[in-house]
Amino acid sequence: MADPMKIRANMVGDKVEVKVLMSHEMETGQRKDAKGATIPAWFIQNVTATHNGKTVLSAEWGPAVAKNPFLSFRFAGGKPGDKVAITWTDNKGDKRTDEATIAA
Amino acid sequence: MNVGRRKALQGTGGAAVLGLAMAAGLFRPGTAWAADWNKAAFDTKSLNDAVKAMGGAGAAESKDITITSPDIAENGAVVPFTIASKVPNTAAIAILVEKNPNILAANFDIPQGTEPWVNTRVKMGQTSNVIALVKTADGKFHYASKEVKVTLGGCGG
Repeated sequence: MADPMKIRANMVGDKVEVKVLMSHEMETGQRKDAKGATIPAWFIQNVTATHNGKTVLSAEWGPAVAKNPFLSFRFAGGKPGDKVAITWTDNKGDKRTDEATIAA
Repeated sequence: MNVGRRKALQGTGGAAVLGLAMAAGLFRPGTAWAADWNKAAFDTKSLNDAVKAMGGAGAAESKDITITSPDIAENGAVVPFTIASKVPNTAAIAILVEKNPNILAANFDIPQGTEPWVNTRVKMGQTSNVIALVKTADGKFHYASKEVKVTLGGCGG
């Protein structure tokens, strides 16, 4: 199981700004190791963000997203105290979900 | 004679254990894991092919899309991008790096109520045009592009 995500959710005006820092190698499958063997691709493919069970963002990623991915987005309809949950799934089938509370 | 195969066939454990491990999900095929991951689009090399793989006919250049990023990225492994779209009914925003091995880096579906604004970091192998591609709710595509110079690549070994 991968390390937890760091999630911040803050009110910006009447919207909620979410910032997520994930911990993942995001190996491209293009690199070679010291022996010349290709290092297999290992990267997050799907990211879903939900607020009160409603999807507020879903993303498909390729291996070109940077290592330890950062993502920020804004949605309407949230209020302080609500929960925002983020889930990612990588190409090996590993997945992780973390939750944060919206701060004022 | 293939001894390993013999042993497995004897059923003294090998095959059964493997079967159990499969059922428990320890071994999973490495490809096509995520059902809603558009592999065809992520395999494309050009903007036109990517648009086609995402179900569009072609993309029109638009001044309503803004790309905020450094003009010169010192480290191609981590290049921050903010994409904002003023195109009405923006339903998805994709980031494409023209000279990467595969052009599509990321695609974000923007549901109703979420601002057409994303901020993320991508890898760039070399100096390249970066394209922000916007899909509207009625399936039309718009794009804007910007050149970002890279002084150190992000895809080398």
